[in-house]
Amino acid sequence: MHIPDGFINMPTSAGFGAAAAGSVWYSIRRAARFLDDRRVPLAGLVAAFVFAAQMINFPVAAGTSGHLIGGVLAAVLVGPWLGTIVLTVVLLVQAVFFADGGLSALGLNVFNMAVIGALGGYLIFRLLMALVPRARSLLPVVAGTAAGISVVLASLSFVLEYAVGGAGGAPIGTVAASMVGVHALIGIGEGLITALVIGAVMSTRPDIVYAAEPMELVHG
Amino acid sequence: MDRRLWWFLGAGLVVTLLVAGVLSGFASGEPDGLERISIDHGFADSAQDHALNDSPLADYTVEGIENDRASTAIAGIIGAVITLVVATGLLYGVRYLGKRRATDE
Repeated sequence: MHIPDGFINMPTSAGFGAAAAGSVWYSIRRAARFLDDRRVPLAGLVAAFVFAAQMINFPVAAGTSGHLIGGVLAAVLVGPWLGTIVLTVVLLVQAVFFADGGLSALGLNVFNMAVIGALGGYLIFRLLMALVPRARSLLPVVAGTAAGISVVLASLSFVLEYAVGGAGGAPIGTVAASMVGVHALIGIGEGLITALVIGAVMSTRPDIVYAAEPMELVHG
Repeated sequence: MDRRLWWFLGAGLVVTLLVAGVLSGFASGEPDGLERISIDHGFADSAQDHALNDSPLADYTVEGIENDRASTAIAGIIGAVITLVVATGLLYGVRYLGKRRATDE
């Protein structure tokens, strides 16, 4: 899912980069209101975990692999605003230190995986939570389902970027169909890992899971 | 901060380092979804070399370490630690500025 330099032209990258920067800035402003001594190291740990988990490519089809994005995972654990910041830090470290994801494409990648993946994914999570009975035991399953959907949304976000300013002239319809097809499979992996990790945290320290807190605290 | 939270953070860090340092050695080396599609649909050649390809950690390997598994493992652990430090540092900064703003008002 990490876009290298050259796939999407500069004006498009700049446009999505500006949208990403605005969203991250807003997330920082929102997070600043409720950051406390517990949430700072917790969000740091979640960032390190997402970085590590993104290294684990799992096979999804012949000659194709995928890895966790972790947007919904982070947002459910530390909230949508911190989740967006966490994903942005991971993508920044990957691009600067590991040559993973282009530098001019950083804004595109932050838009797809931090803004759509974490913020958009959390919105899906809240919508699904409103549809199911209020039971904590359902939280990991709902988070996993939202995580799977968020991967497909992030892949559609790439399709949009490719439609606006993609290189190589591939027909947009076939790119869209392939992206959604492959990322539906990757989304299953994303959903399973997310449900597993959230389930593990819920069974040990449910009190630190942001999305499991009483409603009045949720908006920070 | 309560002591049990430190235990949780410590355990979480151990799990993170195991994922970065051990599990990473079992990761699939096949192209990811986007890479696959760029190959299948003929725009893979549009990708430019990464500007920081000469970085000592480029491509999740450590320059100078010949053993592939060791190289990936050490790169993963270094990366997880860098991410932890950058994220925690940034958020302490945000928290400090947020507090100062709150007292100004």
